[in-house]
Amino acid sequence: MTARELLAGGLRIEAHKQRSTKAPIRAASLVERYVIPLDQHSGLPAVPLVKPADRVRMWQPIAQPAPGISAWLHAPVSGEVIAIEPRPAPHRMGAPTLSIVIANDGRDERFDNAAAIVSFEQISPNEACEHIARGGIVGLGGAAFPTANKLESSLCENGPQLLLNGAECEPYISCDEVLMRERAEDIVFGARALLHALCSPNCTIAIEDDVPEAQAALRQAVDKAADPRVRIKVVPAIYPAGGERQLIATVFDAEVPHDGLPADIGVVCQNVGTAAAIARWIRDGQPLVSRIVTVTGDGVREAGNWETRIGTPFSSLIADCGGYTERMSRLIMGGSMMGTSLSHDDLPVVKATNCIIAASALDLQPRGLEMPCIRCGNCSQVCPAFLLPQQLHWYLQPFDGGQLARHGLLDCIECGCCDYVCPSQIPLVERFREAKPLLTRELDAHLSAHAARARFLARNERLARLEAEHRAKLAEKRRPKNEPTS
Amino acid sequence: MTFPTAPAPHVVAHDSVGRVMRIVIYALLPTVALHVVFFGAGLLVQIVLGAATALISEALALRLRRKPLEPFLKDGSAIVTAMLLALCLPPLAPWWLVVSGTAFAVLLAKHLYGGLGANPFNPAMVGYAVLLVSFPVQLLQWLPPAGMDIEHVKLSIGETIQAILTGSLPSRLTWDAVTSPTPLDALRTNLKMGMTMAEAQAAPIFGTLGGRGWEWINVATLAGGLALLQLRIIRWHIPVAMLSAIVVCASLMYMIDPGTYAGPIFHLTSGASVLGAFFIATDPISAATSDRGRLIYGAGIGVLTYVIRTWGGYPDGVAFAVLLMNLSVPLIDRYTIPRIYGHAR
Repeated sequence: MTARELLAGGLRIEAHKQRSTKAPIRAASLVERYVIPLDQHSGLPAVPLVKPADRVRMWQPIAQPAPGISAWLHAPVSGEVIAIEPRPAPHRMGAPTLSIVIANDGRDERFDNAAAIVSFEQISPNEACEHIARGGIVGLGGAAFPTANKLESSLCENGPQLLLNGAECEPYISCDEVLMRERAEDIVFGARALLHALCSPNCTIAIEDDVPEAQAALRQAVDKAADPRVRIKVVPAIYPAGGERQLIATVFDAEVPHDGLPADIGVVCQNVGTAAAIARWIRDGQPLVSRIVTVTGDGVREAGNWETRIGTPFSSLIADCGGYTERMSRLIMGGSMMGTSLSHDDLPVVKATNCIIAASALDLQPRGLEMPCIRCGNCSQVCPAFLLPQQLHWYLQPFDGGQLARHGLLDCIECGCCDYVCPSQIPLVERFREAKPLLTRELDAHLSAHAARARFLARNERLARLEAEHRAKLAEKRRPKNEPTS
Repeated sequence: MTFPTAPAPHVVAHDSVGRVMRIVIYALLPTVALHVVFFGAGLLVQIVLGAATALISEALALRLRRKPLEPFLKDGSAIVTAMLLALCLPPLAPWWLVVSGTAFAVLLAKHLYGGLGANPFNPAMVGYAVLLVSFPVQLLQWLPPAGMDIEHVKLSIGETIQAILTGSLPSRLTWDAVTSPTPLDALRTNLKMGMTMAEAQAAPIFGTLGGRGWEWINVATLAGGLALLQLRIIRWHIPVAMLSAIVVCASLMYMIDPGTYAGPIFHLTSGASVLGAFFIATDPISAATSDRGRLIYGAGIGVLTYVIRTWGGYPDGVAFAVLLMNLSVPLIDRYTIPRIYGHAR
């Protein structure tokens, strides 16, 4: 049984980061083929700029954003495009998705990106957003939302406050921690670029209280930059403190409206890894073609953090870690609380791949037999959205859409805290995840029924009015002409 | 190489219903021990009879409902029900009381409504209420506590078992000699006979704070209850609300007329106030579920307990108060949904 401490919203989970943070960041081995899924960011898939048999150079743009929310993609190596075809992708849970496949020629011939290196203070905030977009920068915290789109939607009159998220609360992931330790200067550089792009008055870098080395490095970098707009805020290491809405509540003591965005309360939140990626793009001309990936768990021989080019297969990273142990039982992309489990490792690292957990039975401790809910309420004590999971569960069977909506099913962030503490071992999050689309459909049907009713009533009213007008006109006509109107 | 997949979260804490119920059982042990010190081994016999009945009833119900026996028999909830009911019965009550009460609790109050997690009423309290309404005479015949000036009746284990199973006492004793009302009952009768509070409380079954013996049993129960709080098996809302409500009601009436109404300390240390607050009203299945809801629920039980004790037809009111508030749980839950993150305050 893990030592745990229940807190009002969220929980302290035993961290499993020591294994992966012992060694410094290492470069992952290069491979022969890189697979770049076109839809690896949120929004619309990118549109290829290359075709099979084209030669590409390292850092060359290979796909451009579709209109709307989308992102640029770049070649991680030099070589030849050998196919643009559906390939299994981790962010689609292993389902195939259209991808550009590049054969590495091993020469790393660089695309001339000299024009990409700009002095940020000299371009306008709009140009800065546009420039960030051209670097293929997306949120590296796991959601892969295109950063430029987020910045554009966050612009407000006096500039939103910038919040850099270094609160890495998932117990196994450590890529942000090692990044803050080793590349704190990149983060601060990126923070200042973001401040400029957003016309933002200040930047808060949030970091958890259980990573002293990363804190020290970050403080040093902030002191060195001597920018009074940048400050560090230490937050308690509580899961899920690093969730965007939870972090904003912790740092600013303000809540994001349930139907709105952080920008609505004048905040824009970015992952520290995103800031560092922006720094590399602006300062070195290197677009987002690689990221730090934590590979850990009792199922690999040697855990670590790897600077990994996008498109590298998981299997190659696992090989870099010395391969699987005999105890290996479950492959997870992301954290142990919210990650996706995958059935095989022939999948490419995408921009959202922050962590690969090769979990053994030791990590997982399989769930016990599911028992009925005893309404103990442990789940509601740890729910960071202040929901009553026990009541939601009650109203799932039989499905009661009205009560589920009243109890905020759609406000569930699927963090897994309720599952974690449930003495009855009920897979609550899985049930909620399945029920959400059903509820959305029911609410939509309800709304359209309402709209139909409103239309019908309006029509009746209009017809009645026309009828009345018609009668009034008839009455007018029938009235004798010489009779004076009273 | 392929791996089995599973939905997130991939790691969970290893808690179980069985663990929760086991801790509740352990937390009841100090109460049981002091009960035995003051009233003899009768309670142990009642618990054994009750637990056996509970398990047999549970197994029967599970069989009829075509549910797996093992996980539900091992979850300990039936044992908790049996223990709580046994604690409410007179130590020498005839065997068929505890057996029929427990069987009723498990078969009708629990499984008829869907078993573990689905019962709207606290099963132990349903069992007790049924017995109290059906056999009030047997239920109000308590033993005099040990340490009283009057001749105390000591029964050996064998004699205790015999008394419970056959209803016959050793020839040196009569039932009249071994029965005594509970302090709450005695106070009520004495006041009805026109005594003042001081006269009514002069009887030897009253101790310094409340009923003799009961004071210490309640201290033990409080200790067990605090352990449950510390281990986060229960939370503070229901016990604090319930006991505060009793104190407020008792203080108010005591201040108005100390000659007619017992003070708050007496109410806290007599009867099932503490047991009710920490072990009965906190049964999560039949209680309100949000923090605010639990405050209302607990306070309701406290007020009703006081009202039933003082003006109602029974000397103690915890069981009926709990059942009445169980009845209002759906209403309380409906109006105490907490504010959700990001919604208007």
